[in-house]
Amino acid sequence: MKTEELEKQAIDPGPDKIIGPGYNYATVTDKIGGVVLQPIQKTPRQWWVTLLLAFMGLQGLLAGGFWLLYKGVGVWGIVIPVAWGFAIVNFVWWIGIGHAGTLISAILLLLKQDWRTSINRFSEAMTLFAVAQAGMFPILHMGRPWLGYWLVPYPNSMWLWPQPRSPLVWDVFAVTTYLTVSLIFWFIGLIPDLASMRDRAKQQWQKLTFGMLAMGWRGSAKHWSRYQMAYLLLGGLATPLVVSVHTVVSFDFSVSLLPGWHTTIFPPYFVAGAIYSGFAMVVTLAIPTRKWWHLEDLITMRHLDCMAKLMLGTGLIVAYGYMMEAFMSWYSGNPHEMFMYINRATGPYAFFFWMLILCNILIPQSLWSRRVRQSIPLLFFVSIVVNIGMWLERFIIVITSLHRDFLPSSWGMYYPTVWDWAVLAGTLGFFLTLMTLFVRTLPSISIFEVREVLHHLAPHIADDDMSPSPAHGD
Amino acid sequence: MSETFWDRHGLHGVMARFETPEQLLRAANETYRAGYRKMDAYSPMPIEGLAEAIGFKRHFVSLVVLIGGLSGCIGGFTLLWWIATIAYPHNVGGRPFVSWPMFIPITFECTILLAALSSALGMLAMNKLPMPYHPVFNVASFSERASIDRFFLCIEANDPKFDLAQTRAFLEGLDPEEVAEVEK
Repeated sequence: MKTEELEKQAIDPGPDKIIGPGYNYATVTDKIGGVVLQPIQKTPRQWWVTLLLAFMGLQGLLAGGFWLLYKGVGVWGIVIPVAWGFAIVNFVWWIGIGHAGTLISAILLLLKQDWRTSINRFSEAMTLFAVAQAGMFPILHMGRPWLGYWLVPYPNSMWLWPQPRSPLVWDVFAVTTYLTVSLIFWFIGLIPDLASMRDRAKQQWQKLTFGMLAMGWRGSAKHWSRYQMAYLLLGGLATPLVVSVHTVVSFDFSVSLLPGWHTTIFPPYFVAGAIYSGFAMVVTLAIPTRKWWHLEDLITMRHLDCMAKLMLGTGLIVAYGYMMEAFMSWYSGNPHEMFMYINRATGPYAFFFWMLILCNILIPQSLWSRRVRQSIPLLFFVSIVVNIGMWLERFIIVITSLHRDFLPSSWGMYYPTVWDWAVLAGTLGFFLTLMTLFVRTLPSISIFEVREVLHHLAPHIADDDMSPSPAHGD
Repeated sequence: MSETFWDRHGLHGVMARFETPEQLLRAANETYRAGYRKMDAYSPMPIEGLAEAIGFKRHFVSLVVLIGGLSGCIGGFTLLWWIATIAYPHNVGGRPFVSWPMFIPITFECTILLAALSSALGMLAMNKLPMPYHPVFNVASFSERASIDRFFLCIEANDPKFDLAQTRAFLEGLDPEEVAEVEK
């Protein structure tokens, strides 16, 4: 099969195969690298449209951020008793989205799931960009973001130190560690592919850029040996890390004494919810990407099917969490806890609560059906619904517990302002801008790992009379 | 590393190109059996058993990561202990200053952070990367295809058994696509 042919045609090999037929080591490089190295005129129009829309969204962040810094946090809808508004909702939501990337790249690596290969790079990038969005919210929420570095323990002239017993300080360590480790993991995974790009690039500036990034990687067997051990250990380190990050985020809530927050179910239920929303986001992004760049034979129905099943599984854990919340608020016998749950279901935010149940529990049950899992439009729809549902979950947790204080005299309501929405839309735009640029400028599928898959498949490919070696160069 | 005659004459080694990973693995095994020790194999993806075949037995990545992780763990806990007892003691409802269970999350994150950093940086340092120049790239087909779809074996000139004519003939006997001299 010629390279030019591969660029045009891409037929999904169906739900059983993780890679389409006819690939060999060279064509797989050209296919994945071609997305990056192709001339700018060949970039799909949808990509330009997405980039434009995302970039316009990004302006919301700039405008909202500017106005916030100029006027102060009062421009947001946060009024006592609801001091944690969209900022914390969005923080938890974005952090959660990041978790699927680490899960795919680390946990599935340790479990030797071969289907992770085509989507790990892509979802690791998603993790990085999502955590970058998340990290902005606590800083913006502080009111004086330029003093954000006070969160870090460092010797200072005031002789003040952060309180090491506070979950908010734990958060600083957890999120910065998570961002750093995700970045390392992603970049280490990229090095061999950057070397392939360096050797395939035609233009001098591309050769130089990829050459510098690849750092002289030459694929020596000794290097691979150390590389694989380092990569495996990074996977082993990232696995407990990803669990710890959302656990620490849930401690922000559960260590407090507020009804609806002070529960022990929070850590596992937050982690499951994080993975749930993360997989939904990977599916949301993978479906258009594979279509626009003709990657259906590398990101196949099998990948989408596996991710849909994982969404279903984690969604059921989340549903169990909701049930336990309801049960415990009744079983505790605590009138405040009972009131909290009844208020959630029937109070002023009841509409959002029932929307959350619909989005996170009812609609995703359709994924039990094979037909839904293998229908691209339906799967895309369910993934969007889950994204919205998980955002609503964080909204319900943050807002409903805060707006009804212990004393009815201090009850209040939370209404987001246009600046809340501008910043939320802005981070969505920023995230999508980074994702679209990433897909165009770096190999978004791990080339060397797909070569490994081909190598392992080689005997079977030969059986099917699709031997990779004779096909080369014809 | 002793400098040999070939070294002084600007030769890094002799390199053979193979079409499949299996051929490279076989060639590497035979080269080692023939008594060569200074060699390296190059492939566009990791190949199981290749490093062992060229006589590379031990790497110290795991040890470096262990040391990194332990220093993160000890350093993190010590920092918190020092903050909570010496630098800024804070009496919260009469609880002990060294309330160690509350120090676990940050200690854990510091452990992971330093272990991960030492894994990545240690691997790069032991591989001597970044390396802006390496002689193997002087072979045209290496710099075009070694990271794409071809498999290379290079017997280096500082091997005591190395002799240009003999080594070249030996490599040609291993059924390669091409044999080339690698200039320094």
